[in-house]
Amino acid sequence: MRFLPDAEQRAFTESLHAMLSAADTPAVIRDWSEGDHARGRALWRRIAEAGVFGLAVPEEYGGLGPHPVELALAFVELGRHGVPGPLVETVAAAVLLSDPPLAKRFLPGLLAGTDLATFAVPTGSAVDAGAVPLALDGDAATLRLALPLGVGLRLASVTGPVRRSLDPARRLTPLTADGELLTRHPPYRLALSWARLAAAAQALGVGLALLDRTVAHVRRRTQFGVPVGSFQAVKHRLADATTALEFARPLVLGAAVSLRPADVAAAKLKACEAAYDAARTALQLHGAIGYTAEFDLSLWLTKARALRTAWGTPEECRKLVLDDALRRPAAP
Amino acid sequence: MVDLSHSPADEEFRAEARSWLAAHVPRTPLPSLETAEGFAAHRAWEAELAADRWSVVSWPQKYGGRDAGLLRWLVFEEEYWAAGAPGRVGQNGISLLAPALLDHGTEEQRAGVLPPMATGEVVWAQAWSEPEAGSDLASLTSRAVRTDGGWLLRGQKTWSSRAAFADRAFGLFRSDPDAPKPHQGLTYLMFGLRAPGVTVRPIGRLDGKPAFAELFLDDVFVPDEDVIGAPGQGWRIAMSTAGNERGLTLRSPGRFLASAHRLVELWRSRGCPEHARARVADALIGARAYQLFTYAAAARFLEGERLGPESSMNKVFWSELDLALHETALDLLGEDSESADTDWSEGYVFSLAGPIYAGTNEIQRDIVAERLLGLPKGRR
Repeated sequence: MRFLPDAEQRAFTESLHAMLSAADTPAVIRDWSEGDHARGRALWRRIAEAGVFGLAVPEEYGGLGPHPVELALAFVELGRHGVPGPLVETVAAAVLLSDPPLAKRFLPGLLAGTDLATFAVPTGSAVDAGAVPLALDGDAATLRLALPLGVGLRLASVTGPVRRSLDPARRLTPLTADGELLTRHPPYRLALSWARLAAAAQALGVGLALLDRTVAHVRRRTQFGVPVGSFQAVKHRLADATTALEFARPLVLGAAVSLRPADVAAAKLKACEAAYDAARTALQLHGAIGYTAEFDLSLWLTKARALRTAWGTPEECRKLVLDDALRRPAAP
Repeated sequence: MVDLSHSPADEEFRAEARSWLAAHVPRTPLPSLETAEGFAAHRAWEAELAADRWSVVSWPQKYGGRDAGLLRWLVFEEEYWAAGAPGRVGQNGISLLAPALLDHGTEEQRAGVLPPMATGEVVWAQAWSEPEAGSDLASLTSRAVRTDGGWLLRGQKTWSSRAAFADRAFGLFRSDPDAPKPHQGLTYLMFGLRAPGVTVRPIGRLDGKPAFAELFLDDVFVPDEDVIGAPGQGWRIAMSTAGNERGLTLRSPGRFLASAHRLVELWRSRGCPEHARARVADALIGARAYQLFTYAAAARFLEGERLGPESSMNKVFWSELDLALHETALDLLGEDSESADTDWSEGYVFSLAGPIYAGTNEIQRDIVAERLLGLPKGRR
């Protein structure tokens, strides 16, 4: 029992943090939101070279992993710096494609960062009625995958214009599973756990960035002749925001250790909830400037909302947790 | 490497605790420990625990413990509460006074005070708050006046938990009223609740049970041997234990995990109603988060890191979790929830006090904002 990242793991996240700090991510995010992917793809390659996507792939398929703890720690940093693009989807794709013939064909590009993957799961009555699922950043992705349930994993193509997301950096693209059938039985449940874990960690990082920026703002901003951060109403909102994030953090780390679907769902739920609460607090405590697109805070504010429902809504996550708890034998 | 598994030796310890508890935990719940009858029953339970060295597992063996260490203490607590074992009447002494004595007391004090605390022979009450000193504890005015061979206590303490039935108390008194700052000139002392000059007036908590008391002190003599640390150092001593290991051990995660699992059972027994689904899930996840947060804090503590203001975050989290969990249980019980003296209603009344005692949650949020986030001090 030593529930704490070790020195090597901390050094890894610190080096990622340093690399991303120097990358001017706000400018990268704004380009990406306009559909200009050049700087985003350059940053993507550096993230891949740091080994991030390889953490999700076993060594026998050319990866470094599986190392879900390191992946979660890395995704906290990606979220903290607001890195745009189909990060979670690429992790999901890497897990889905960790299969002998497919791995050789697809993983080298994903691990090198020359390929970006997106992924959609057409499900439910909406699809039967002819609706097309939306995938993240299908315009930037070079590998598009869809998993029509009961069919298998297929290559897919973008079949319509980009739709705007509440988070301008998330470009939603309609995806149709019209390509080659890659495998009938991809490890979907495993891929889902990895993706959900990555999304939880990313959300935690988004929340931490919002908190840091807001703390800095209320220390600097004065009204009535004193920093607004000296007011108790302001302090208590920030105390609650940091508490929620710091109690989500061990859930994320614990989910990375176990990769149990219920643990991952709990982490996703609470990390996204804490990030969204941090966003609401950040917006309120910045006042009107926080409500503008031009102020960089907006790049994280909007992402916190989008991540809440991506890769598992709060309701789905709670259901997984409770179904698991009900499987415990009833007390005598 | 991040490791969430216990060592085989710790698992053996867990199995030993589990089997002892299975054989000894009372089949029917004890009466409320906030009544005379319940207090006596809980005191007897402390003796039963102590007879097999289960009352204070983390203490040194010579005082009645097992030298079990922090991780095994957490394991023991998980088993203890999962087994449905009674509340701990000795909690105040064990979690507040004992750490102060272990860090700052003399060997005579430790040898004299700790063993009878471990067996429940002496149950301790705390005497911090005063009528005019609650959140602003450092403004307290009860005096310790120097006399031959000791001190005379004068003044009034209040909200003294367990004092209605306890034997002795510990608290802070102003020994140097001329000290330049309010938190200087305070001395940490122990005194008998039946000593000459002490009047105990029990106070009924919300449900009328005498869970705490006012203490009127009229020249109560305390010998020098019963001063903890140096006179004038009381604040530092009280706070050093408050901000450190106590931040981890005041309320163990095992307690909330057990309550959360009982809540899931209650939800199941009521047919898994939709209206409570989200709150049941959140209580269960909250208890798990608190457990993992504590394991992470324990790892840092064991590597020599000081746990300071984050214990304030801890306190806000568990007190609100406990309250939400019990409110959810009462809502699930529907009309039955109104009955007093059930396990759930007793737990609910207890949980209502959580955001108030041990430093109100408002004070804790100030501490988090100022010392963890670095926000400037302001008027409260």
